[in-house]
Amino acid sequence: MKFKTFIWFVAPSLFLMLLFIAAPLTSVFLGSFQITQPVVQQVEVETCSAGFLAQTCTTDLQTVPVIDDETGDIVTTTEWVGFLSYARVLEPQRAWEAIKALDYNALMQINFWSALRFTLMFTLVTLPFVIGVGLAIALAVNSAAKALRGPIIFVSLLPFIITPVIGSLSIYWLFVGDGILTRGIEAWLDRDIAMFAQGWTIELLMLFYRVWHVAPFAFVIFYAGLQTVNQDTLESAIIDGASRWDRLRYVVIPHLMPLIVFIALIHLMDAYRVFDEIVGFRAEAHVTSLQYLTFDFLRPDDAGNRAFSRASASSMLTMLGIVVLLIPLLRRTWRDHKGNSH
Amino acid sequence: MSDTPRAMRQPLGLKIGSAAFLAFWCLLAAFPIVWITLMSFKSPVDAFAANPFDVILGPVTRDRGNGLSTLDLILGIAVLFFALKLAFTWLPRRVTDWSPKGQVWAGWIIGAMAYAVAFIFVFFVILPAILGVLNPILGPLGAPIIGLTTEHYQTIWVERGFYNNFVNSLIVTGGTVTISLTVGTLAGYGLARSGSNIAFWLLIMALVFRALPHSVLLAGYLPVFVNSAEILRPILGENAPTLYGQPLAVITVLVSINQPFTIWMLRSFFQNIPNELDEAARVDGCTHFQAFRWVIMPVMWPGVITTGLFSFLLAYNDYLITALLLDGTNQTMVPAIAGFFNRETTTTDQVVAVAAAVSIIAPLFLLVMVFQRQIVSGLTAGAVKG
Repeated sequence: MKFKTFIWFVAPSLFLMLLFIAAPLTSVFLGSFQITQPVVQQVEVETCSAGFLAQTCTTDLQTVPVIDDETGDIVTTTEWVGFLSYARVLEPQRAWEAIKALDYNALMQINFWSALRFTLMFTLVTLPFVIGVGLAIALAVNSAAKALRGPIIFVSLLPFIITPVIGSLSIYWLFVGDGILTRGIEAWLDRDIAMFAQGWTIELLMLFYRVWHVAPFAFVIFYAGLQTVNQDTLESAIIDGASRWDRLRYVVIPHLMPLIVFIALIHLMDAYRVFDEIVGFRAEAHVTSLQYLTFDFLRPDDAGNRAFSRASASSMLTMLGIVVLLIPLLRRTWRDHKGNSH
Repeated sequence: MSDTPRAMRQPLGLKIGSAAFLAFWCLLAAFPIVWITLMSFKSPVDAFAANPFDVILGPVTRDRGNGLSTLDLILGIAVLFFALKLAFTWLPRRVTDWSPKGQVWAGWIIGAMAYAVAFIFVFFVILPAILGVLNPILGPLGAPIIGLTTEHYQTIWVERGFYNNFVNSLIVTGGTVTISLTVGTLAGYGLARSGSNIAFWLLIMALVFRALPHSVLLAGYLPVFVNSAEILRPILGENAPTLYGQPLAVITVLVSINQPFTIWMLRSFFQNIPNELDEAARVDGCTHFQAFRWVIMPVMWPGVITTGLFSFLLAYNDYLITALLLDGTNQTMVPAIAGFFNRETTTTDQVVAVAAAVSIIAPLFLLVMVFQRQIVSGLTAGAVKG
């Protein structure tokens, strides 16, 4: 295909990606170094209270925003502030003091650091479970009777396809104060249980939810991979006396390795974005993630203002994190590409 | 079983173990969904009862006069069974017979809609009317045994105006899927047929964009969208629109965010179509675009349907973008249900929210039922080749 034709085919998609992904990204990058504030002025205001014979009047200085005469809007000014927004998000002094004092709780008092801790823990803990559970289901379905496979795949796809907020809500309702599972566990252990009153139980439920939600995706892909395992290799392994476990370890898993890398890549990207669970479990008071932090800055506060500069700074930091996580995988892709072109 | 070599057969212990594991997994996968569906049909006392059998049978709901009799259950299940059976045997034949050649997909859309309307009419209008006459006559067979009420669905759809949110969801998902696929097929085809370095770098760029947390981009959109009227005024004059809160703006954002995934997936589907097909068309005098339109697209439908399904899921399930970019009147279903949380002060409100959640899941359930094969083949094609 000629280069010109190629460009015509790709142009609309490229245009959308540049306008709606690359451009906002640049503006967020620049925005993280700026702060937009209303211009304020100090005016003398005389307030008089009703009084007999003489009014008592006081004059004081008030700070009020400057209003544009023509449009009636509040005049704003944008200032270049360097790393101020980053400092406000990271709170390096407070964090450093907490680290020096080895005070874990003090460090977790800072929103960013506690969000970072949760996001990384969440991403790295769920990863092996998703791959393990997905592989286990795939192996079990592969050896199940043919007639059962269709219904099992149907049921398995449900957690994957369900709206994440609703999926976490459905689990929330089972464990909420008078939910059926809470009642069950209470009756079994003979003690009161409140799953949503402390951080660690919510985190546990979130981890469970994410594995429940993504394992079917891993399962479907591994299941497809299992259909293409070379039967001759398996048979010769049997002749060589390989046990079931050996065959799994030396034939099946190496065959599935590219798929495992693929799942790991997708799961890293998606788990790092953890957000919907926090909404579904209403966990924001106990646990937040990096993406939730940005969302929170972007929501209008009581006065209707959105903290754009802090949101920009926190989202740039979020992005930095995913890039660091992906570097090994991207390097691998790059090496494969170079290997192919030679 | 006989064609499996003896050494490959599993010992009994392993067989039982893996069957038990599968049964446990299926229970785990289905339980939360099945349970909230059950809850949504009960009165609040039953929905949050301590005894699981009370949630299933709903004695309080039944005593309030909302229940199903043995006859209701038998007839209802029979109608559902035949409706499903017809949907998988009779409907496909009708659709292929009636629709003009090459436009089977349009026939499917019309056929499925007509079938759905007919089903709703039979199941919710005719059947209750017949049962209303039969139940009092039959004595014990007609007496209610299971408590079931649809009042929460009525509350949510009629009183709380969930209908509007549903329409908004349809607009947003419909728009996203259509635009995504149009733009994506073009790019996917271009990328699949070009071996140049630029194509490779575009794909890598798309991969990096796929990894971006959506909130990163939102911090960039919001100021522009909120102030868009002022920014666009010099270009468009006085009528410059405020993009914030507009469904069209959300559609564009969702399409763009979805593009990296769409082009990767469609590219791998296009790569499965042999190059010789385009070359033959080109020899016959087609331009690249004509070859794409008249020769490649007709064999690409499975790939397009699968990619469309995933675009649908992305747009339908999204919370973050729709919650921040849409205002109250244009909200889609998912952020709207999150809005119920604040009002959720009584147990009744909670069950109403459960009913709303089940309403959101129901279309997805149908989707898996109809398109299961495409979803599985699409995921695997994307993974194995990508």
